[in-house]
Amino acid sequence: MMKQWQVAKRILPLLAVFSLLLSACGREDLSVMKPQGPVAQGQYDLMKLSITIMIVVLIIVFAIAAYVLIRFRRRAGQNEVPEQVEGNFKLEVIWTAIPLLLVIVLAVPTVKTIFAQGEDLSNDKNAVQVKVTSHQYWWEFTYPQYDVTTAQDLIIPTGKKIAFELKTADVLHSFWVPSLAGKMDTNPDGTLNKFSFSAPNEGVYRGKCAELCGRSHAFMEFKVKAVSQESFDKWVNEMKAPAVLPEDTQLAEKFKTNCLSCHAVGDQGGPVAPNLTGIGGKQSVAGILLNQGEGQEDGNPVLDNMKEWLHDPQSVKPGNTMPNPKDLGLTDEEIDGIAEYLANYKLDYE
Amino acid sequence: MDWITTVDHKKIAVLYLIAGGFFFGIGGIEAILIRIQLMKPMNNFVSAQVFNELITMHGTTMIFLGVMPIIFAVMNAVVPLQIGARDVAFPFVNALGFWTFLFGGLLLNLSWLMGGAPDAGWTSYTPLSGSEYSGTHGVDFYTIGLQIAGLGTLIGGINFLATIITMRAPGMSYMRMPMFTWTTFITSAIILFAFPAITVGLVLLTFDRILGANFFDVAGGGNPVLWQHIFWIFGHPEVYILILPAFGIISEVIPTFARKRLFGYSSMVFATILIAFLGFMVWAHHMFTTGLGTVANALFSISTMLIAVPTGIKIFNWLFTMWGGQIRFTAANLFAVGFVPTFVMGGVTGVMLASAPADFQFHDTYFVVAHFHYVIVGGLVLGLFSGLHYWWPKMFGRVLSETLGKWTFWTFMIGFQLTFFVQHFLGLMGMQRRIVTYLPNQDFDLLNLVSSVGAFLMGVGVILFLVNIVITTRKPADAPNDPWEDGRTLEWSIPSPPPEYNFKQTPLVRGIDAYWKEKMAGHTEMTPAEPVGSIHMPSATPLPFVMSVGIFIAGLGLMFSKDDFGNAFMNGLFNNYIVVIIGLLITFGAMALRSLYDDHGWHIEPEDQDEKGVRT
Ligand code: HEM
Ligand SMILES: [Cu+2]
Repeated sequence: MMKQWQVAKRILPLLAVFSLLLSACGREDLSVMKPQGPVAQGQYDLMKLSITIMIVVLIIVFAIAAYVLIRFRRRAGQNEVPEQVEGNFKLEVIWTAIPLLLVIVLAVPTVKTIFAQGEDLSNDKNAVQVKVTSHQYWWEFTYPQYDVTTAQDLIIPTGKKIAFELKTADVLHSFWVPSLAGKMDTNPDGTLNKFSFSAPNEGVYRGKCAELCGRSHAFMEFKVKAVSQESFDKWVNEMKAPAVLPEDTQLAEKFKTNCLSCHAVGDQGGPVAPNLTGIGGKQSVAGILLNQGEGQEDGNPVLDNMKEWLHDPQSVKPGNTMPNPKDLGLTDEEIDGIAEYLANYKLDYE
Repeated sequence: MDWITTVDHKKIAVLYLIAGGFFFGIGGIEAILIRIQLMKPMNNFVSAQVFNELITMHGTTMIFLGVMPIIFAVMNAVVPLQIGARDVAFPFVNALGFWTFLFGGLLLNLSWLMGGAPDAGWTSYTPLSGSEYSGTHGVDFYTIGLQIAGLGTLIGGINFLATIITMRAPGMSYMRMPMFTWTTFITSAIILFAFPAITVGLVLLTFDRILGANFFDVAGGGNPVLWQHIFWIFGHPEVYILILPAFGIISEVIPTFARKRLFGYSSMVFATILIAFLGFMVWAHHMFTTGLGTVANALFSISTMLIAVPTGIKIFNWLFTMWGGQIRFTAANLFAVGFVPTFVMGGVTGVMLASAPADFQFHDTYFVVAHFHYVIVGGLVLGLFSGLHYWWPKMFGRVLSETLGKWTFWTFMIGFQLTFFVQHFLGLMGMQRRIVTYLPNQDFDLLNLVSSVGAFLMGVGVILFLVNIVITTRKPADAPNDPWEDGRTLEWSIPSPPPEYNFKQTPLVRGIDAYWKEKMAGHTEMTPAEPVGSIHMPSATPLPFVMSVGIFIAGLGLMFSKDDFGNAFMNGLFNNYIVVIIGLLITFGAMALRSLYDDHGWHIEPEDQDEKGVRT
């Protein structure tokens, strides 16, 4: 017994080193191993518990295996037949009981966490309700309490619980912000999923689509931007302000007829495509072309990204359903003009 | 011609091996292409469309057309010999199983040449796999190709069940059956219960796509989550169809090369049955993020974790089989010994995944990719390599080169660990699976490069194995009956390769490890249970081949039954289901021929029974 405790003592520092190693991995705004909110933290705690148990199991098995392989190799001239052992009831009971015990140790907190994180907040007045609709290949976020809709950048107030209701407009996708919470699929109407998370700290977190959804699955990224309650309220107001259209009336007309048939800005346009209100201030164009800014090492000026997108949407996101502006009859100058207008369309809320 | 008409289980084993090896090669090339694409961020080696086709075909090919047939090859080669039988219960049906598998596999791979491979992932989740979002014929190739191939698997499984139940040598009670025969038995039982689920699923999906039904379409009253249930009710047991035979192989190889009987035989049998049973109870652990609700998630979490218990029993039994033995590190045993820790790695990550809240983070990331490759490649493929090195002399009369075998082991093993170990971390750092590329500066770059380098090394390992086969095949076939000298089961008591009829006289089994028992009693041969006599053999026949060709034609016909070929003749032929009908007529015609024409087979008389093996 004493001896076994000695072994355990030797394992402990190893575990400490290992968890350090784990937490050294990845970006704060992206890695599962650097949780930034209580939900991700709870999931991470479970992962740490399970990996600790599992490493103990691995060490025991590896140790026995190493011992056996070294000690019982066949040596030259060894010819007597080893004893043909049938089994050993006691031993077999032991290695049935121990895994069973370990499983129970893991199962109890697992079940607790499942129920704790599964509570339905869709009627909670203190939570910010957000309806997420996934599309091939973009994300739509609607705030029914505020009557606001946006796309690609999900703006949330820090500290508040955000209650999500997820659905898809076409195929299955999966809504995932690794540093804030695990993923949840977006099903068509009928099997709507609900879940919630919160972000205590201000910052921008990277979100991904985690379910194969077609050609641009890899490019279906989004950002979660957590801001103070004040800024959030300001953002809501800015979103509800009347649309800002290009100053050049001719360009404004082109923009209205060609773009607003699907997109919306402010109070104008339609819901078929991502809402463009304040797009110049977002983290990315089309979710995947990162704009210059904090934490975006590869970011390009938003104007460049806007032009890249508008001149050939297919090359950025193959298979997306936006028509090429050229095919709509816009000239290169007009496209650049619209790009410039959109790049400068920013909301002032921070 | 001989190969097309054969009904001999040993030759069918070789056919399975060649065809399975061929598809395994295709799946391997697909894997390498995937890894080249992911070697660096924002790579554009292949397009997004081609990438999705590659991952879909890689997964589908490896599972259904690569490893399953190789498992069947080993089962066919070994099981009748291990139980002292002269063939499987239904040799004709055995051949039919092979040919339907082959034609199903060919049909599936034709998609590369005929306008687009399936692209909705090997799981083909609806609605992505519906005709609205997957407009090419790709997914039709998937549904129809797999349907035909699956028919072969189901046929094979039923045949093994019948064989093992009815054809064991006198004295071989169930609790004296070799472990590999046991796992074949259980595997076949899983096939019997799991394959009908995928059959139904594929039929429904085919109806949705080709005949415009609405099983999975919400607008039409269907439910896309239904597909996930059907798929995983099949899909999870499928994982055990793959891994149990590997357990069986390891349970044969380790005792032989440790010169000890398997530790805890009866608990091994019990654990195998328990794993198979639990395997049917846990399918929804693939669906935690689908939103089944807290209660379902809790129940499926717990039932999944329970599988760790029988699996643990097995691991310790193997370790204690070696305890006190005299271990020889032949190539076959290296693979078996390497299997144990690698499989344990895959097992422990499996338990981690079973914790539903944690799985919300793991699911659909590279962590999962790492996990199932540890199980499938680190478990099953290592097991198959072990089994092939072990039984090669019995199948072909030639011992594979040990030196090359060891090289294969080390390159494959090191390559494997490089490829998949780092993927655990990629997943935890936020990399989803099935993505054609990724942005730089997310800390994914280096680990992806390591992973790709590992994949190339694994490729080298596989090539070394092929070289080994070629070199060995050119040597004379002079392997003794019992080339490892410590063979324990019946197959080692007869010549390598065995004569056409396997056993001149059916042996009498007096205990577990029947041949070892006789050797310990000072005998060199088994005690026969019958006098020498005339041996009845089934006749060779091309009918299984013809039936499969018919099904193949019907499948193609169905797939293109709505297409416009811009040619009145072709349109008439396909759009009126004439091609389908022709195909079915061929199949049913062959069936009728088989039923109407009485074939009594033939006999080998005692004077023609020489003990030398026939070449296969
Ligand atoms: C040379 C060895 C192999 C390499 C390098 C390899 C690599 C890969 C990669 C990179 C993926 C894609 C992961 C993704 O979807 O994001 C993958 C998926 C997969 N592999 Fe392998 N693989 C190998 C062997 C195998 C074998 C032998 C099997 C099965 C017997 C297998 C089964 C699968 C399955 C089922 C998938 C999932 C496919 C899907 O997502 O639809 N792989 N593999
Ligand atoms: Cu998606």
